[in-house]
Amino acid sequence: MKKVLVFVLVLLSLVTFAAAKYRIGVAIPAADHGWTGGMVWWAQYAIKQYAKDSTLEFTLVTAREPSEQVAQVQTLLAKGIDALVINPYESAPLTPICVEAFRKGVYTVIVDRGIESEEYNTYIAGDNYMYGYLAGKYIAEKLKGKGNIVIIEGIPSTINTERVQAFKDALKPYPNIKILAQQPGNWSRETAFQVMQTLLTKFPQIDAVWTGDDDMLQGVILALQQAKRDKNIVLVGGAGQKEILKMIMDGNPLVQIDFTYPPNMISTAINLAVMQLKGQNLNGFYQKGMPRKIILSTETITKENAKDYYFPDSVF
Amino acid sequence: MHLRDVISKYGILFALIALILVAGILSPAFLKIQNIINIFWQISYIGIIAIGMTFIMIGGGIDLSVGSFMALMGALAIQTVNALGDTVGSVILSILITVAVGALLGAGSGFLVTKGRIPPFVVTLGAMAIYRSLVLNFANGGVYMSRSTKYSSIGMMRILELPVPMIVFLIYVIIASIILERTKFGRYVYAIGANETAALYSAINVDKIRIATYVIGGISVSISAILISSMMGSVSSSSTGNGFELDAIAAAVIGGTSLSGGKGKIVGTFLGALVLGVINNMLVMLNVAVYLQGLVKGLIIISAVFLQNFRRSE
Repeated sequence: MKKVLVFVLVLLSLVTFAAAKYRIGVAIPAADHGWTGGMVWWAQYAIKQYAKDSTLEFTLVTAREPSEQVAQVQTLLAKGIDALVINPYESAPLTPICVEAFRKGVYTVIVDRGIESEEYNTYIAGDNYMYGYLAGKYIAEKLKGKGNIVIIEGIPSTINTERVQAFKDALKPYPNIKILAQQPGNWSRETAFQVMQTLLTKFPQIDAVWTGDDDMLQGVILALQQAKRDKNIVLVGGAGQKEILKMIMDGNPLVQIDFTYPPNMISTAINLAVMQLKGQNLNGFYQKGMPRKIILSTETITKENAKDYYFPDSVF
Repeated sequence: MHLRDVISKYGILFALIALILVAGILSPAFLKIQNIINIFWQISYIGIIAIGMTFIMIGGGIDLSVGSFMALMGALAIQTVNALGDTVGSVILSILITVAVGALLGAGSGFLVTKGRIPPFVVTLGAMAIYRSLVLNFANGGVYMSRSTKYSSIGMMRILELPVPMIVFLIYVIIASIILERTKFGRYVYAIGANETAALYSAINVDKIRIATYVIGGISVSISAILISSMMGSVSSSSTGNGFELDAIAAAVIGGTSLSGGKGKIVGTFLGALVLGVINNMLVMLNVAVYLQGLVKGLIIISAVFLQNFRRSE
């Protein structure tokens, strides 16, 4: 019995060793709000696309805090990987381990949140500046340069600060637009609902609301409906969550626009790692190597193109 | 009674009144009837959970799982209604199932604490991780959406202009204070928390009482979950309930419940929840800068509890 077991184990390990030519580690933060949930879903989705490719072996890990992620990457490195695709939980604490991976010759792809070093292979991220700027510009134009607006922002963080700053930059040419309040909704539907409820009691006239993402926008819509003030108001969220996209597609007058900050950048990053390991280069590029830095553009979603961004199976 | 004793006995009430005055002066909109109703509405979810927590804490335990427990129960309620169809009957059935499962899971935690002799901190910390992971797993990290308009209307319903969650919360406060302060069971809860050995010698079935406090905790979490999930029409597997355990414990402690058991009152927890609600509302009303909100919140909480300890610190 024991002998058989050992034999089977040896066989199994031989099979896995023989089959997987390239091993890729994917390390991302755990789902703690809608968008990160979306990123986990898209990571799984991308990995599933390669399910039939026996030359590839993926290990996906999610972390609840920076130190946990450091430990996970250490484990991945100890296990042996050829490429590391990582969305660092935080920049500074994850920098040393990413640099270590790079120095060991692991093809290192940094996603969205950068590290404090240039020692990595490729960096791919969304455009936080335009994400805030385009929302501000749209609201200002829609209000014809005059009105009272409210900002409900995300969890205090560098990403959030950059977006809010950009939003305000876009409003600079419009002195008659007044920011009544700026409060955190922590990227949560429930918190945004409560904050909006309070703001509606305080301010009799609110002409536009910008929320840091579509999750919070849904909380705001609920508060507006409950206060029966869901008319003549400009609402902008962001990141293209599917329920908001459905509203845009259906021509709902409340929400007419959205701006992308795609959680599926993780899928693109995984593809980049695979292409690099297999020696493929980007279509249309004369150069052989992968680009070092890629900033994805913030795309504008309206009724006309919403169906191209709508993934009913996705969780975000 | 000396002034000092008065302040100590009603410290939390004084703190609350002071807060309301300050907020009212700095922003008159704070005192609008609608805003006061909103505050009661906003604290009802945490408040109901905090009442369950009060029973558990007086009995000498703690429950760290309530946040993810709530997400799990909300998801259960939504999925049950979705499966049964959009009828009044299925909504009622789903509420009953959710409360029953909540009570059962609470009993499970209580059982592990008492018969399993595992510290409550460890049991409920484990439960917190397990519940969250289950919620995430079934939704794949996404959102549970209610397809039933009958279910989603409960949390938004109003009776005599008052929101249903607020009414449920107030009734819950009254029933809970009667159970805790006017029944034999209530006296036993205090007894096992104050001195377990003495309680054992007085022939109190300590394990049974302690398990019962966790059952009350589970029922409270389920009721709160039903209210919040029906109001939002959804449960986010990743964010719903995050950090609720801290708020619930804070409400109880601000209200005078002892972290080491044996002491506490439902009215205290009610006022504690109200203090938290007023602070959160005030931060928005006064448009306090984002990064400083934690500072203001922390200072107010510490001073509120300091007021109550006035006598003891002398």
